[in-house]
Amino acid sequence: MNAAFDFVPVWTLILGAGIFFYVLLDGFDLGVGMLYGLAPDVSARNIIMNSIAPVWDGNETWLVLGGVGLLAAFPLAFAIIIPALYFPILVMLLALVFRGVAFEFRFRDAPHRTFWDHGFCYGSAIATFAQGVMRGAFIQGFEVEGRHFAGSTLDFLTPFSLLTGVALLFGYGLLGAGWLILKTEGEIQEAARRHGRICLAGVLIAIAVVSIWTPLATQAVAQRWFSWPNIAFFSPVPIATAIAAYGVWRALNGRSEAGTFIGGVILFALSYVGMAISLWPMIVPYRYTLWEAASSESTQAFLLVGTLFLLPVIFFYTAWSYWVFRGKVRADVGYH
Amino acid sequence: MELDPVLLSRLQFAWVIAWHILLPAFTVGLASYIAVLEGLHLFTKREIYLRVSMFWIRIFSVSFGMGVVSGIVMPFQFGTNWSRFSDAAGDIIGPLLAYEGLTAFFLESAFLGVLLFGRRLVPPWAHFIAALMVALGTLFSSFWILAANSWMQTPAGYQIVDGRFVPTAWLDVIFNPSFPYRLAHTVVGFYVTTGFVVAGVAAWLLRNGRFFSEARIMLSMTLWLLSVLVPLQIVLGDEHGLNTLEHQPAKLAAIEARWETARNVPLTLFAIPDETNETNRLELNVPHLGSLILTHSFDGEIKGLKEWKAEDRPPVAIPFFAFRIMVGIGVLMLLFVAASWWLRIRDTLFDSPWFLRACLIMAPLGFVAVLAGWTTTEVGRQPWTIYGLLRTADSVPLALTGGDVLVSLIGYLAVYLVMFPAGIFVMAKLVQKGPAPGPEADSPIESGRPAGPTQIQLHSEGDAP
Repeated sequence: MNAAFDFVPVWTLILGAGIFFYVLLDGFDLGVGMLYGLAPDVSARNIIMNSIAPVWDGNETWLVLGGVGLLAAFPLAFAIIIPALYFPILVMLLALVFRGVAFEFRFRDAPHRTFWDHGFCYGSAIATFAQGVMRGAFIQGFEVEGRHFAGSTLDFLTPFSLLTGVALLFGYGLLGAGWLILKTEGEIQEAARRHGRICLAGVLIAIAVVSIWTPLATQAVAQRWFSWPNIAFFSPVPIATAIAAYGVWRALNGRSEAGTFIGGVILFALSYVGMAISLWPMIVPYRYTLWEAASSESTQAFLLVGTLFLLPVIFFYTAWSYWVFRGKVRADVGYH
Repeated sequence: MELDPVLLSRLQFAWVIAWHILLPAFTVGLASYIAVLEGLHLFTKREIYLRVSMFWIRIFSVSFGMGVVSGIVMPFQFGTNWSRFSDAAGDIIGPLLAYEGLTAFFLESAFLGVLLFGRRLVPPWAHFIAALMVALGTLFSSFWILAANSWMQTPAGYQIVDGRFVPTAWLDVIFNPSFPYRLAHTVVGFYVTTGFVVAGVAAWLLRNGRFFSEARIMLSMTLWLLSVLVPLQIVLGDEHGLNTLEHQPAKLAAIEARWETARNVPLTLFAIPDETNETNRLELNVPHLGSLILTHSFDGEIKGLKEWKAEDRPPVAIPFFAFRIMVGIGVLMLLFVAASWWLRIRDTLFDSPWFLRACLIMAPLGFVAVLAGWTTTEVGRQPWTIYGLLRTADSVPLALTGGDVLVSLIGYLAVYLVMFPAGIFVMAKLVQKGPAPGPEADSPIESGRPAGPTQIQLHSEGDAP
C-alpha cells in the first residue's frame, strides 16, 4: 500500500490523550479512594465516596480504551509491553476489582462494611502503586527478541520502578485531594488541603528524583535533554513545573477551591510531556518506534473515522453527566 | 510436574470469561427491561411501573458494577496471556474492541450515573433517555464483542502478510459468516436468561404473599416476552447450527460425536465419547433424525472427526455434553412457556403453586444454558484461536512460564471467589426486600442544587390509578 496519509502521528496523539485522560480521571478517583482511608468517620466516608460514585466507572473506561487502543493502533507494542508487565497488571486488575465492587457492596452488605472499606482504600492504593511501577518499568525499557518480550516476568521489579510506584501514590493523592476540595466543604475540605500539601511535597520530590535519575541511567535520554539546542527548547518544561507547583501550594493554603485540582492536572501534563520528550519516538522503549509498531494503514484509517466522530460525542455526554452532579456533595444523602 | 503455560492460560481465560459472561447475560436483558418500565411509567404515569423499575435498578447497579470490573480484566488477558495472538491479529481484533469501548462503554457508564443517582436531578424524560442509552450501550457492546469473537471462529476479509492478519475488507471482517447468527442467538439468549430470572423473582414474591401487584406485572410481562423469545431462540439456534455445519464442520462433528463421515446419520441423545479409540460408548440413538435436524434433509451428509488429523480436532466430550445441556434446557424452557399459555387461558397463571415452583427452578437455568453454549462454541473452536489458521498453543507469550500463570490463576480464583459470592449475596438481599419503597429505595447522590421536576411519592401496595 502506498502511504497517502501518515496516520501514526494522529494515533499517537489520540492514544497519548486517551491515556492522559485515564491518568487524570481515574487518578483523582483512585486518589480519593486512598484519602478515604484517612477519613475520620462514617459520614465523612459516605461523602467522600459519593463524590465519585456517579463517575468512577466512566473514568475506568479510559483504561479499557487505552489498552484496546494500544492493541489496535500499535499491536506490536501491546504484544511486548503487556506480557512484560504481567504481574503489575495482574495486581492492578485484582485491586481494581476490589475497589470497584466496594462502591455497591459497602453500602448493601452492612455486616462486612469494614472489609469493603478496606477493600476500597487498599484496592485504590495498590492499583495506583502498580500503575506507577508499570510506568517506571516502561521508562527503563524491556528485553526484546524479534517481536517478543524475552525477559523474565520479574524484570519490572527495580528500585526505579518502586520509586515511580511510590511517586504515583503521591500524584494520585494530590489529584484526589484537589477533587475533594472541589466537591466538599468544611472539615473534609480542610483535611483534603492538609493531605494535599503532603502529597504535593511527595510529588515534587519524586519529580526531581525521576528527572535526575532517568538521564543518569539512560544515555539516550540525557542526550535528548541536554544537547544543544534541545536544552533551550525543553527548558520551559521544568520551569513551568516549578511555577505550577508554586500555584498548587498557594491554592492549597489559600481559599481557592479549583486551584489544587487544576494545578495538579498541569503538573501531570508537564510530567507526561517530559516523559514523551525523553522517549520519542519509541513506543517500546529503546527498541521499536511508533512507526515500526503501528498496525496497518487500513486498521488505523478504519478506527480513525469512527473515533473522530465518537470522541466529541463522548466528551459531550460525559460532560453532561458531570454537570448533572455538579456542586458540593451534600451530607444528608448517601449512596443508595 | 512441568506446568503448561498454554493449558493454564486457557483455564485462566475460561475462569475469568465464564464469570464475566454471567453479568452481560443478565444486564443486557435487564437494561432493556428497565428502559421499558421507565418508558411505561413516563407515558402511563402509573406508579407501579416506577416501583418495579426502581427495584430492578437496584439489582442492576450491583450486577453492572461487577460486570465493569470483571470486564476490565478481559482485554488485558489478550496481552498478558495471548500476546502472540494479539500481535498476529491486533490489526483486526483491536479496532473491533476499541469500537466496543467507544460506542458502548462510555455510553453505558456516563448514563448509568444519571440512571442510578439522577432521578431527582434531571427531568423525567431525560432520566428515561438515560435508561434507553444504557440499554442501547449494552446492545452495542454485544455487537462488537461478538463480531470479534465470530471473526476468530469464521475469519473473513483479511490477508496474511508475514504471519500477521491484515484487514482487506472491513465489512467482511465485521459481518463474517457466523456473526449474524451468533449475535442473534447470543442476545436473544441473554434476554431469555434475564426473563427467567425476573419470572423467578416474581414467583418468589407471589409465593411469599408479598407485593402481589408488582409481582403480577413482572410475571405477566415476562411470560409474554418469553412466549416469543423462547421459540425464536430455538429457531435461531437451529440456523446457527446450519452455519456451523457449513463453516466449522469439525466443531459440528465434535458436538455430535460423529467419528465417521456418513449420510442419514442418527441423532445421538447420549453417548460417552472415547477419544483414544475414536468411537462412542453407550450410544443412545434415534435413527435418521440427526441428518434431518442438522442438515434439514434425511440423507444430508455429516463429516466425521476422522476427516481431520488428530492434532486438528477439537476435544469431543466437552462440546458434546455442553451442547446437550444447552439444548435440554431449551426444551425445558419451551415446555415451561407452553404451560404458561395453558394457565393463562384458564386464568390461573398467578395462583398455580406448581407453576410458581417451576418458575423458581427455572430461574437460574438461563445462565447454565449461556455457559454451556459458550463452552460448546469456544471449546469446539479448538485447537485454534483463529479457526484453522492460528493455533492456541502458538498464541501465548514465549517468555511466559507455567509458574507465572499458576500464580495469576490462583489470584483470579481467590478474588473472584470472594467477589462473586458476595455479589450474589447482596443481590439476594435486595430481592428479599422486594420492590418496597424505603429510605434506601432511591435516595440519590445529590450534588449542588437539586433541580428538575420530580414526583416520586411511593405507596407500598396496590396500583395507583
